[in-house]
Amino acid sequence: MISIEPVAAPGAPLARRNPVAKLAAALVFSFILLATLDPVAPALALAVELAVLPLFGVRYRVLARRAWPLLAGAAGILVTLVLFAADRSGPVLLDAGPVLVTSGVLVTALGLVLRLLAVALPGVIVFATTDATDLADALVQNAKAPARFAIGALAAFRLVPLLEQEWQMISMARRARGVDAGRNPLAKLRLFGSTAFALLVGAIRRGTRLAVAMDARGFDAGVPRTVARPQRFGLADGLLVAGAGLVAGAALTVSVLLGTFRPLLG
Amino acid sequence: MSEVVLRGFGWRHAGRKRWAVRGLDLRIERGERVLLLGPSGAGKSTLLAALAGLLAEDSGEQEGTAEVDGLDPRKARERVGIVFQDPESQLVMARSGDDVAFGLENRGVPAEEIWPRVDEALHRVGFPYRRDRPTAALSGGEQQRLALAGALALRPDLLLLDEPTANLDPAGAALVRTAVARATDDDTTLILVEHRVAEALPLVDRVVVLAAGGGVRADGPSAEVFARHGDALAAEGVWVPGRTVPQRQAGGPAGYLLLTADRLGLPPRLGPTDLRVRAGEALAVLGPNGAGKSTLALLLGGLLRPGTGTATASAALAGRDARTPPHRWRAPALTRRIGSVFQDPEHQFVTGTVHDELALGPRRTGQPEPAVRATVDALLERLGLSRLAGANPYTLSGGEARRLSVATALATAPRLLICDEPTFGQDRRTWLALVDLFAELRDAGHGIVTVTHDADFVAALADRTVTLERR
Repeated sequence: MISIEPVAAPGAPLARRNPVAKLAAALVFSFILLATLDPVAPALALAVELAVLPLFGVRYRVLARRAWPLLAGAAGILVTLVLFAADRSGPVLLDAGPVLVTSGVLVTALGLVLRLLAVALPGVIVFATTDATDLADALVQNAKAPARFAIGALAAFRLVPLLEQEWQMISMARRARGVDAGRNPLAKLRLFGSTAFALLVGAIRRGTRLAVAMDARGFDAGVPRTVARPQRFGLADGLLVAGAGLVAGAALTVSVLLGTFRPLLG
Repeated sequence: MSEVVLRGFGWRHAGRKRWAVRGLDLRIERGERVLLLGPSGAGKSTLLAALAGLLAEDSGEQEGTAEVDGLDPRKARERVGIVFQDPESQLVMARSGDDVAFGLENRGVPAEEIWPRVDEALHRVGFPYRRDRPTAALSGGEQQRLALAGALALRPDLLLLDEPTANLDPAGAALVRTAVARATDDDTTLILVEHRVAEALPLVDRVVVLAAGGGVRADGPSAEVFARHGDALAAEGVWVPGRTVPQRQAGGPAGYLLLTADRLGLPPRLGPTDLRVRAGEALAVLGPNGAGKSTLALLLGGLLRPGTGTATASAALAGRDARTPPHRWRAPALTRRIGSVFQDPEHQFVTGTVHDELALGPRRTGQPEPAVRATVDALLERLGLSRLAGANPYTLSGGEARRLSVATALATAPRLLICDEPTFGQDRRTWLALVDLFAELRDAGHGIVTVTHDADFVAALADRTVTLERR
């Protein structure tokens, strides 16, 4: 099942902030961190991210479950780099036949993995603590996104879980018709293609019907929309964005003072 | 209250040769409640779309005029509400209350009025949950009630209902009909399209029947229309109230064993179920929505791996393959022995023409080309699809698509046929053809399992029933 529901306790002080503020804070935080290649700044940032997690009402175990593809990717990168990176400078830490691990290689690999986690985690936190409807509302009301885009995307998003059921039904229906691929990889590829095509045709038809139904209820008819669920962007929301910038900036400053700072450009 | 006037109205969708609807002269007074009938393809849905102002001027060609309160319907859209057939594709928001509010926001209703009007609309349709109930957690009948509330919140003078109960089980359909009765008052003009006439009649005071070739076939109070045109309408596929259906139970006892289900289940969708299917019998699987009937059909059809228990084919059905469970057979072997007909016919279509669709199974199972041709021609003839042999399966009407999906399952002559709601939303003519076809197959020694809510179908055909309980 594709999960689109938020997992946070809704009352948590930072989870309650305006969705656009959370999104902006995450973007500001991540962009500042991208400026350096060293492991210290992202390590600090990651520590701060994990420390504020309770304020977003997300439990560590829940986060680990939600972010496991990210963690698996990070582990994969770490292993690959340690084993295969060309840079073999620095003192040797481990020499076991073909496997040669030096401190230089370890620092580079750790730096990359920490950056990946530190940059991606804010996004994961935002989407884990934000309801899709609230995000669309806030994008329209606070970020002046066109309703046609934000609400339209929201309606389409609601159909996504249906696609998975649809895929299973089409696959089973094909098997019932005597169509399967067996062990032939070429036939498998063809079957995948034709199932995907059937899924696409179905999705377009359903999307068209949805668009007509929205049309019938006056969507995008040129009348200025009112809002049933007002979203406020207040002082606390501004402070969240500013705070994110300050923390990321502080992490960079520490890295510069320690002399580990390695700029991305130049 | 709205008044509808049609003068020589016709509409042809861009790129089509045939007029979807043509030559319509009709006047519907303010506050009237009209049941709109007609054979499939007579243009009922197109007419409703036109009245809702949903046919853009550049999307086709118009003849004559259609007016709502003297206005072009495209300019009278805020007076009209419409509810469609499929609940999945007309709910927009994730929470029930937000969905009703959606239309109010679009029309620019002042924010402080929105929630009171949402609550009022939900109350009028008898919606049993709070506003924050996820729309995905609602049953089909509840979703249609919500869609009705979404239309009513806009306080339409003209309410159009396009087969709002066609995709629902009897309990869900009753929910929606009750909601329509509760929610409409003398101020609302109502136009309803519905196949199940007997159930819809209490909601209306006038019946209009469209003719297949265009124009109005019959018009008047329902008793009068059915007294005068009942026989002809029934022959055209309208479910005229009070007509009996034929009894087609098996003449003799059931034959040899085909398939045994031993504590067969798939938690949480279906609990352990015991079942035997024999040749020459029609078995109906009944039970409320959510009891796992469709899951049972997929398990029996060898399409899902069981979570508990086993499905075992008899040697008479599968020969030496009887030692392996059906879900592990290769697809061509499966389709020769067990045919499955899905609830949504379009899921099963794989090719570009009706002819190829029927030829697919026989070809996959290695029949020689002359035999394939003979099978295809016989099925086309038998199910009245000959003139559609070159048509794309996706362009067929609901009844045609259903007949084709049954025919595709028959093309490989499986001993056991498993059907999920084969009569859903069918007009009387297709319904009778399906009962005849299944009865003939059964009498020729096939085993037939149907998952169904259709009490008439069970009464007409089933030799035995199994009822699943809600879990």
